[in-house]
Amino acid sequence: MKTRNGTFYLLMVPVLLWLLMLLVIPHLDMFFRSFRFETDDGLMVFSLNNYLSFFEDKIYWLTFVKTAVYSIGVTFLAFVVTFPVAFYLTKVVAKKYSSFMVLLLLIPIWIGELVTIYGWMILLSDNGVINNFLIRIGLIDTPIVMLYNNFSMTIGLLYMSMLFMIIPMMSALESLDDSLIEAASDLGASKWTIFRQIIIPYTTPGIASGGIIVFMLIIGDYVAPNILGGKSSLWFTEQIYNKFLATFNWNEGAAFGFLLLMLSSTIIWIALKLTGQKLERVGS
Amino acid sequence: MKKLVIIGAIALSLIANGAMAKDTLRLLTWKGYAPAKLVKAFEAKTGIDVKITYSNNEEMIAKLRATRGGGFDLAQPSQDRISFVQAKFPVYQPIDFSRVNTDQLVKSMVDAVKKNSGVDGKAYAVPFCYGTTGMIVNTKLAPDANDWSDLWNPKYAGKISYRLKRPLLIATAFGMGEDPFALYGDKAAYRALMKRVEKTLIDGKKYVKNYWTSGDTQVAIIKSGDANVISGWDGKGWSLHKINPDIDFIAPKSGALGWIDTFAIPAKSKNLDAAYKWINFMLEPENAAYFTNKEGYGTASAGALDFLNDEIKANFKRSFPQEALDNIKWHPPVPEGFETIEAKVLDRIKAAE
Repeated sequence: MKTRNGTFYLLMVPVLLWLLMLLVIPHLDMFFRSFRFETDDGLMVFSLNNYLSFFEDKIYWLTFVKTAVYSIGVTFLAFVVTFPVAFYLTKVVAKKYSSFMVLLLLIPIWIGELVTIYGWMILLSDNGVINNFLIRIGLIDTPIVMLYNNFSMTIGLLYMSMLFMIIPMMSALESLDDSLIEAASDLGASKWTIFRQIIIPYTTPGIASGGIIVFMLIIGDYVAPNILGGKSSLWFTEQIYNKFLATFNWNEGAAFGFLLLMLSSTIIWIALKLTGQKLERVGS
Repeated sequence: MKKLVIIGAIALSLIANGAMAKDTLRLLTWKGYAPAKLVKAFEAKTGIDVKITYSNNEEMIAKLRATRGGGFDLAQPSQDRISFVQAKFPVYQPIDFSRVNTDQLVKSMVDAVKKNSGVDGKAYAVPFCYGTTGMIVNTKLAPDANDWSDLWNPKYAGKISYRLKRPLLIATAFGMGEDPFALYGDKAAYRALMKRVEKTLIDGKKYVKNYWTSGDTQVAIIKSGDANVISGWDGKGWSLHKINPDIDFIAPKSGALGWIDTFAIPAKSKNLDAAYKWINFMLEPENAAYFTNKEGYGTASAGALDFLNDEIKANFKRSFPQEALDNIKWHPPVPEGFETIEAKVLDRIKAAE
């Protein structure tokens, strides 16, 4: 076994500092804060009230469930939409073009989420590009309402998260030997069987890691639901934001933050169990 | 090993140097409150480097609370959001009025802000500018919209928008013919009033196109024609009027809501000199007038009137005839705990179908 000298420990320092200062300490602080409650006399006491208030109020529940359901749904949609793209880029198109195309896919990320969302507003608005086009070609008379509802929110979330699904799937697909597909085809397997029995099992780690990233991005997003979501879209992050910034109740905000953390961890754990994946394998 | 230490030491000293090299003023303010031209002029005049962070009332309080009044040398909260914060989390320090050039300010505003930002007999703010929240209306498509109650008027179904925040609750109360400010001393009565406001807004929700969330989305929604009757800020309405004369700011019949934004000094300000210099500089008549001409908001500087553009003067005249001016409801300081009541109401409205 190699001996570990001073340099090894010195190089460990940044890692440990990073973990401790940016992850462990803030979370511990939030954790303790979430159990502190201000009584009517202005005293800070240990209490579960911050968590209880979540269960007492129906709005918090509804928002929580809606956020979870939509996040799962959009993650699945992202998979459906991007899988053909990833497959095309790795297996169909020539290598020299595919890297250029990947570069094109990256462009929305360079611009930033807020700007792309404003772009979608221009497209989807009542007097926007799409409605104007449809009216011009005579397909519709009155504009279709596309902006400020769950539809536009889903589009916004999908658009900003697609790339994070494509990249892990592409790297999984790249290592898939084409001869496997060819062999199956020679042996008379239908396209659907090949897809279900060879491609999907082989790329599951890529799908799972892409899915985790996308799911995390969506469940913790604030901008897209806030701007594109319209008048009834309450996202759980908005509730946390309001606790911290509108009512100055940091303790309840911390409790809600932990509830969101628990929710997303649980969902990911269940998803990994269902697909028979291990976190270590997915994470690499 | 030794090499690493040396590199580390050099890196650290570079960082430290960068931070302390110059006399700086760290300003926490709103977009538009520190116009680039004035910042340059100030830097040239005093040699002080101005570092600006943009924010809003809620974030200002959160930021200063997180650092217990550190990280910034000067902040610009609204006058009604100072005293209850100061009473609970002491994030500001009292203003030394001997260092503020009060001769160049409108005296009534200074006195009002002194009173409203006061805690234990000490004043924590100097007025900077004022404006009103009212309505921005496309007067061609909705010629009769002129009151808060039009925000839930079926006549404008699908073309209404507002920001679902506390000013809207106050506005709705006024639109219902009530006086929420009179109930600031009576928590139970205020809670009951908010319940009625909630009902009005939930019933009217089906007519709303969307809730706007920022100055930019406010402008976008009426400019694009997605809405014709919205709640909005006078400065924004007037700048829209310049682009499209059909759109204008209208002071609602039941009263526009007046706000005053101020200068307040965080408790751990590191450069008091620069803070007071900036306050006095920004309120010099020419500079204050430059700000008002550019942003459209009224100023606390007394002499600025002589330097205002005709267009700006015309805005005030058009939107605020004498009776509208007299009817402005100025925000009194928000009592502690009221925002928790309002937050629940806002949540329920947002979640309602």
